[in-house]
Amino acid sequence: MTADFDRVEAAEVSRNFGRRRAVTRVSFSVGRGEVLGLLGPNGAGKSTLIGMLATLVTPTSGTIRYGGRTAGDAGPDIRARIGLLAHELYLYPELSAHQNLEFFAQLYGLRPDGVVGAALESAGLMDRSHDAVSSFSRGMRQKLALERALLHRPRLVLLDEPFTGLDDSAVTGVSERLRRLASEGAIVILATHDLDLADGLVTRVAIVRDGKLVSDEPAGGGLRGRYRTLVGR
Amino acid sequence: MFLKTVLLVVKKDFAIEVKSYEILSTTLFFAVTCVLIFSFAFVREAEPISKDMVPSGVLWIAVAFAGLLAIGRVFERERYSETMRALLLAPAPRPAIYLGKLVGVVLLLFATEALLVPMIALIFQAPLFRWAVPLSGLLVTGTIGFATVGTLFAAMLVRSRARDVMLPILLYPFTIPVLIGGVWGTAALLGDEPSVPVATMWTGLLAAYDVVFVTLALWTFEPLMTE
Amino acid sequence: MKKAFVPLLIVATLMFAYAPVMIAQAPFESTMFLLQKIMYFHVPSWFAMFAAVAISAIGGIWYIFTNDKRGDQLAVAGAEVAVMFGAMGLTTGPLWAYKAWGVAWQWDAKLTIALLLELTFIAYLLLRKYGGPGSDKLSAGVALFGLANVPFVYYAVQLWRTIHPLNTVVPSLPPGMREPFWFCVFGFLLLMTLLVAMRARLERLRTTLDDLYLADDES
Repeated sequence: MTADFDRVEAAEVSRNFGRRRAVTRVSFSVGRGEVLGLLGPNGAGKSTLIGMLATLVTPTSGTIRYGGRTAGDAGPDIRARIGLLAHELYLYPELSAHQNLEFFAQLYGLRPDGVVGAALESAGLMDRSHDAVSSFSRGMRQKLALERALLHRPRLVLLDEPFTGLDDSAVTGVSERLRRLASEGAIVILATHDLDLADGLVTRVAIVRDGKLVSDEPAGGGLRGRYRTLVGR
Repeated sequence: MFLKTVLLVVKKDFAIEVKSYEILSTTLFFAVTCVLIFSFAFVREAEPISKDMVPSGVLWIAVAFAGLLAIGRVFERERYSETMRALLLAPAPRPAIYLGKLVGVVLLLFATEALLVPMIALIFQAPLFRWAVPLSGLLVTGTIGFATVGTLFAAMLVRSRARDVMLPILLYPFTIPVLIGGVWGTAALLGDEPSVPVATMWTGLLAAYDVVFVTLALWTFEPLMTE
Repeated sequence: MKKAFVPLLIVATLMFAYAPVMIAQAPFESTMFLLQKIMYFHVPSWFAMFAAVAISAIGGIWYIFTNDKRGDQLAVAGAEVAVMFGAMGLTTGPLWAYKAWGVAWQWDAKLTIALLLELTFIAYLLLRKYGGPGSDKLSAGVALFGLANVPFVYYAVQLWRTIHPLNTVVPSLPPGMREPFWFCVFGFLLLMTLLVAMRARLERLRTTLDDLYLADDES
């Protein structure tokens, strides 16, 4: 893999859908080891932003650079370094947990023997690995989906509302997992509307409102107060 | 109260429909396409339908309807959990994803045809097995042609609203040459004077169709799938 | 195009005003009498439709591969104008055929291609109207595939006996008919160009309006 990168930079990125501006001139730069929290109310444009970072949605204007290269230059190479946990789970409900992971591992050119077992272990689904995903609870699916997104040890980890449907202990587990990824050198970007869960995990906070980036600063005390003032609801 | 409810529901449906005429216009269009399909399957030079045209027409119309259903369902599965996007996100070459879906659809349809052909042979007493090899050639090339266009359109419609009505509307006008080739190639094998060369000629046309449309689909799949 | 539009519009208007005179003066055809005159209207509308189809497909390819909005604007304009001229051809054709062949419709190659192209581009417009977001790309694919389908429809249907007057009719038209015929073809093509240009402009204005809404959003 030659397309490895240390930073992801968005420069003046916008995306419209007809007359609706989903994202307006957003610029930021995230490096290895950082956990950037994209905070904002529902419909603020977080998912579109995540979609663009994942190369699935083309910006109407502006560019996103992955260590100097754009998705246009080196699509597959960059995609091989991105892991996305989207709002939808990207799992085949008819297949078992094992089959899902095995399929995606092979799609990413990995030997499935080792990675699948490790991923199942990490999701805590060893004993249910041969059950169909459709029989899983929302929390189990969410954990499996996260492991699916991380199978290929991506450099850039994108998460859209990763805590949906998780109970408290699972939230702690996932947070721990993300923190460890960042400390191992991943770039983690996570979009959420839930301030409480992001607090303590993120190292930087970017607040998005109506498609615009209204603040971008290191995480720390007083986050809640600032969020409330900026979002205003 | 009963009649009042009936009226109320009708009025509500009408109020929705006149806003866009979506159902009316798409249904009307689909009906016209169906007339076209049946015309090509059963009419030749305005002559009355002859006996050997019925089984071949029924066979290919069944393939067309079943194909539509299969293609729609195959992509509904990719839509359910947005796995289509997961496939596009993988570093794999995107035309390979298209080809994979296409092969899956084609195999499903072959399995259907394996049951369909004996059934039609039995019901219509048609000597379908007398020319098994040329008939297989027609079915293979015809099925691929049908699935090629269908798979591409269905893949693109995954993101779209109203995909269940749009798929037949888009697919049937495009697959008319496949239908004509299939029906008349098969009919040539079933008549009083069966002619293998005629069937082979139609197979050739279908094969050319396959080559052109598979190439076009592979060429346009990647740019067409980016949002 | 902007500068040439008004002069061309005047030329087109004059041509359409003068065309009836030319057609009236053209020699009477001995077997079809007055009915033959429909040719001056029918054949040019097909010329115009095919040209519009080609414009739509080219615009579509342009849009698919460059993501340039102008390609899309051209593609929509071409598709709508193609459907209109196609409808004219499909109305005048059966009128003539009913008298000439005794039946209004025959499944021959030219008629079938015409009908299928018309259906393809109606499907195109339906898709744009009801397909929701993303249907602009898909419809561009439809236009491209629609064009690629033409030769296959042609060969497929050709294998039935063709009874449509052959293409060779056109060069062999008697001198008195040839001039008004090509005059009409040219007039229709000019009208088609103007309509496509107008429609593409409308689409461009719509995009500009969208951009203004977006700019307003931003402030």
